[in-house]
Amino acid sequence: MSAAIRIDDLTKDYWVGFWRKRPYRALDRLSLEVQPGEIFGFLGPNGAGKTTTLKLLMQLIFPTGGRAEILGRPVGDVGARQRIGYLPENPYFYDYLTAEELLQYFARLFGYSGADARRRSAALLDRVGIGPERRRQQLRKYSKGMIQRVGIAQALLNDPEVIFLDEPMSGLDPLGRRDVRSLILELRDQGRTVFFSSHILADAEAMCSRVAVVAGGQLAAAGRLTDILAFQVRGWELVVDGLTPEVLDRIAPQLTTHTEISPGRYALDLPLTVPPERLLSELTATGVMLISLNPLRDTLEDFFVRRVAEMGEGARGTGEGQHAGD
Amino acid sequence: MRAISWVAVNVFKESVRDRVPYNLAIFAVLLIASSYLLGQLTAGQDVKIIKDLGLAATTVFGLFIAIFIGIGLVSKEVERRSIYSLLAKPISRSQFVLGKYAGLVLTLAANVSVMAVALYAVLAYLTYAAPENVRSAWDAPGIDPRLMIAIALIFIQLMIITAMALFFSTFSTPLLAAALTFGLFIVGHFNADLKNFDKVVDSKPAVWMARGVYHVLPDFSAFDVKTEVVHGLPVTAGYVGATAAYGAAYIAGLLAVSVLIFSKRDFK
Repeated sequence: MSAAIRIDDLTKDYWVGFWRKRPYRALDRLSLEVQPGEIFGFLGPNGAGKTTTLKLLMQLIFPTGGRAEILGRPVGDVGARQRIGYLPENPYFYDYLTAEELLQYFARLFGYSGADARRRSAALLDRVGIGPERRRQQLRKYSKGMIQRVGIAQALLNDPEVIFLDEPMSGLDPLGRRDVRSLILELRDQGRTVFFSSHILADAEAMCSRVAVVAGGQLAAAGRLTDILAFQVRGWELVVDGLTPEVLDRIAPQLTTHTEISPGRYALDLPLTVPPERLLSELTATGVMLISLNPLRDTLEDFFVRRVAEMGEGARGTGEGQHAGD
Repeated sequence: MRAISWVAVNVFKESVRDRVPYNLAIFAVLLIASSYLLGQLTAGQDVKIIKDLGLAATTVFGLFIAIFIGIGLVSKEVERRSIYSLLAKPISRSQFVLGKYAGLVLTLAANVSVMAVALYAVLAYLTYAAPENVRSAWDAPGIDPRLMIAIALIFIQLMIITAMALFFSTFSTPLLAAALTFGLFIVGHFNADLKNFDKVVDSKPAVWMARGVYHVLPDFSAFDVKTEVVHGLPVTAGYVGATAAYGAAYIAGLLAVSVLIFSKRDFK
C-alpha cells in the first residue's frame, strides 16, 4: 500500500536580516511517511517547525530542498487538493461573509452544484455545532472557538481522504476539544488519514496511532507514542490511603520521595529498580488501600527539553543559520 | 474559469457589504447632484459644468475605490491568513489573482454605473427644465449618449489602476502599494509629455530614456476625452478602439507579471 503522505529530506530556509541577509533554517531534512487510515500526530513545542511543514505540504511556501507527495502526487498538484482538507493554525476567514456563505463558496470551488453546496455546508455546520441561527451571522461576530469550528467544517467539505489539521484544539473549550477528538476518531473509522499537529501530549495520546516529534526543525523521534516514551519510564507513583507514620518510616528507604496529600493519604515515588507489586503486597498487608498506580515518565515537554539538549548545537542551528519557529 | 468566477463573486459580495464603496458612491452621487447648483451660477455653461464635474467625480471616486479596495485584495488575504484555507482548495494561484481582479472590476462597474445613472439623471432634469432656445445653444445635447464613451474610457482607466494596485500588492505592503499606485496615476497623466521630450531636450540619451519610460508607464491622458465629449467635438471609433486595446494590453501585462510574482511567493 502506498503512503498517504511521503516527505523526503524536506528543508526550508528563510532569509532574514535587512542589509546582510542570512539563511534561517526552519526545517532541516525532514523525512517521514504516513500510512492511509492512520491518525498521525505531528508533535513539537512552539517554533519546532510544525506549521512550516504543513505550509510546505499545502505549498503555501516553497521548499529549499527535498520533496513531498500527498496521495502519490507532488504537493501543489491542484488535482490532489480535490482529495485533501486543511485547517490552518488560528484560521481566519472573510469578515463580511456568513459561515454558510463561506462554506458554500469553498464548496463551489470543489465543483459542488448550488444545491449540493448548500446541503453539504448545512450538514457540516451541524456536525461542528454551529446552529441555524449562528450560521447566518457574519464571521466578524464569531468568537475564536466558533471560527475554529468553521475552520474544521471547511476542511471536511470535500469528504477528503487526507485531512491536515494544524493545532485543531486551539481556542476550543473542553467541550469543543472533546467534540473534535470524537470527530477525528470518526474520520479514522471512515478510513481517512488524519495528520494533525499539536504541542499537547494528551491530544496525541488520546488519538494517534503514530507520531513524529520535531524539535528545532529536526525530526527528534517517530513511531508509536508508547514506544517513544516507554523507554523513558523512570519509576512508579503509588497513591495510597491509610498509611501510618510507622509503616512509612519502614518503607522509606525504598522510596525516591513521598508526599502527604491529606492525613493518611500519600503519593509514593518508587525508582524503576523497586517492583511496585512487592511494595504493594507489603502495604496491603498492613491495611493500606491502593488509590492509583501510574508509571512515572517524561511529559512531552520534558522529552522536548531533553532531546533538544541531546541534539545540542545541531538542533539549534546549522552552519547556515538558526532554526526557525512555526 | 469557474474558480475565477467564484473568487470574483466572493470579492464582489465582500466589497458591497463593506461600507467603503457605499460611502464613496453616495458621496460621488451627492457631488454630481450638487453640480446642478454650481451650474446655476454660470449662465449658459451649466450643462458643461455638470458634465465636466460628473465625469471628474466618476474618475476620482473610481480611483479611490480602485486603490483602497484594490491594494487590500491580496495583502489583506495574506496578512489575515484567509488565503491559507483558500489556496488549499483546488484553485491555482493564477486563478486566485485573476478572480480577485475580476471581482474588483465587477465592484467598480457597479459603482461607475451608479455614478453614470446619477449624472444622466441630473442632465435629464436640466434638459427637461431648460427652455428650447437655451437647449439649442448647447454644444452637445443634454442627455448625450456620447458621454458613455467618456465613461467607458474612464472605466478602462480605472481597470488599469486596479491592475496596478493588484500588481503592487503582490509584493509590497498596503501603504507602499497605495503610494505607488497613486504616484503612477499622477505620472500617467503627464506621461504623454515624455513622448515629445525631443522637442524640449537635445540630449539623445535623455530622449531615449524618456521614450523608454513613456512606453513602460501608462499614458492616462489618452483615456481623457472629457473635453471632446462635453464640447461636442468628434471622438472617432478608431481612437476609442485603439485606446481600449492599449488599455487591454496594459492590463494583460500587469496581470501576467502579478501572477508570475504571486505564484512564487512564500506566505510566511
